[in-house]
Amino acid sequence: MTDATLTRVSDGTRRSNLTPRQRRSRRNRWLWGIPLWLLALAFLAPFAWMVSTSLKSNLDAFSIPMQWIPDPAQWDSYVEVLTGENSILPAFANSVIVAVARVLGEVLTATMAGYAFARLHFRGRDKVFLAYLATSIIPAQLLLVPRFIYFQQLSLYDTLWALILPGMFTVLGTFLMRQFFVAQPAAFAEAARIDGANEWQIFWRLYLPMATPVISALGILAFVWSWNDYETPLVLISSPEVYTLPLSLTGFADEQGALSPNLSMAASVVSIIPVLIVFLLLQKRFVQALTHTGIK
Amino acid sequence: MATVTAPAPTRSVPAPGNRRRLGPPDRVGWLFILPNLVGVALFTFVPLVSVVVLAFTDWNLVSGLGGIEFIGADNFTNVLADPLFWGSVGRTVVYAGVSVPLTVLFGMALALALDRDVPGRGALRAVFFMPYIVSTVAIGMTWLMLMNPSAGLVNQVLGAFGLTDLPAWFASSYWALPALIVIAIWSGVGYAAVIYLSALQDAPTDLYEAAEMDGAGPWRRFRTITWPSLLPTTVFLMVTLFIGTSQGFGLVALLTAGGPGDATTVLSFYMYQTGFQFYRFGYAAAIGMVTFVGVLALTLAMWRAQRGKALND
Repeated sequence: MTDATLTRVSDGTRRSNLTPRQRRSRRNRWLWGIPLWLLALAFLAPFAWMVSTSLKSNLDAFSIPMQWIPDPAQWDSYVEVLTGENSILPAFANSVIVAVARVLGEVLTATMAGYAFARLHFRGRDKVFLAYLATSIIPAQLLLVPRFIYFQQLSLYDTLWALILPGMFTVLGTFLMRQFFVAQPAAFAEAARIDGANEWQIFWRLYLPMATPVISALGILAFVWSWNDYETPLVLISSPEVYTLPLSLTGFADEQGALSPNLSMAASVVSIIPVLIVFLLLQKRFVQALTHTGIK
Repeated sequence: MATVTAPAPTRSVPAPGNRRRLGPPDRVGWLFILPNLVGVALFTFVPLVSVVVLAFTDWNLVSGLGGIEFIGADNFTNVLADPLFWGSVGRTVVYAGVSVPLTVLFGMALALALDRDVPGRGALRAVFFMPYIVSTVAIGMTWLMLMNPSAGLVNQVLGAFGLTDLPAWFASSYWALPALIVIAIWSGVGYAAVIYLSALQDAPTDLYEAAEMDGAGPWRRFRTITWPSLLPTTVFLMVTLFIGTSQGFGLVALLTAGGPGDATTVLSFYMYQTGFQFYRFGYAAAIGMVTFVGVLALTLAMWRAQRGKALND
């Protein structure tokens, strides 16, 4: 979990001195490269179809044979899903609100709690941590039923709070942060204590700056979880004004009442852009985040 | 957060007027975990206790909180005698049992291929990983249209290869589950590959060189070095994907709503239906708990099997 291993994980060129095996594989790079790229194109095909269909009329969406490059490309679907009667912009805004609140809340509370579980000694710590451990294996789906009932009683059902609140305080995020802080040396804290720093200063000035890579990893994961979450809003939200993006995407019907291909694909493209940007900009951190939630 | 700055034990430079009052370290620790703990208690611990209680009651939303009726273990005996429940268990076993090992296997193959020096490695990795990070809904709707029986791209391609009698996919009670499995594999392979790739960074390079000098062929090197060194990752992926696949109902809710008939009613969707479409909360809670115990037992079994095999680690 040190920074050194972090960078090594996703670094493409890890061994510079070539072994015979690698020299041979260098010769063979296209031998492996071409089938891999063909496979990659097949993997991309659904996304290409998504974009292509979003630029077509509904009549052309299912034309045989399939026309990958729409001619002429028409942007009406995007205008419609952004500014039309069923605009996804309010849902987009809801998704942003929920994601920002969840990310900030989770990062803040998980970092503090993870730090305390790892680096501070206090009575009852291990008992509480055991309770955390026990809940971490409970499937989230099982909790949807009681949460649904509680939020109904608390009049939080069908509000964004129902999505935000549980996401702000997570056991998983706390584990991730604890794992990081456990691996940090205790000597810094002891030295700082001798110098008269209080516990908050030790946390804030000493350990928190070290944790920046893990914190951003947690932030990215929390953002993507929140942005893509379909099941929680499906259960806890019912009014269209409170819809987040995943719910609003499914509402585009054509004249026959079936899913309208071009509108739903245009909305899908808009909805995946933020995640794609985060992913492409922060790919390394993203991959680290995933491997962190793993066994390491 | 101002309360957190309570003075901690100071030795060399005691604050003036604060000489003997050591800040109780217990309080500091609790203050640090408090924000998280309160939230976790309210939104996880309490619901968890309630779901256990709920499983012993008969209650639907309409009758209000006063209508809760304790019925002992009836829900559990009913669940265990419920043919729909066992049908869902069977479909979940098929769904997860086919998609998870294949995802792991393809992910490993992909990682081994990507671990080589291929052109555009980073871009390739991003491409294979993309389905995993994109929302279930966007993916689901796209596949719904790709697998449209009459005009979808999938059947067009199959038709171009001369195949006839093409499957109706989500409209067919025979092909709906396989179609879901294909989508699950497509979206999970990149994740598995990325996890494997990071494990491969720790692979024992010197062993490979020694083995090569000893004349061990590629298959032998894979079987005796790569496979064992990846075993913990394999088990980790099997377990996490298995848990994830047995819980997720988004794809099913979106693509087939459990149908046609009950052809794709997997456990997670059956529970969702019972709870949120029929509002039989007690019964849904019981289904969830039985499922959880089953998944837990299987998970523990997988870990144990791995520990047995990985003794030489």
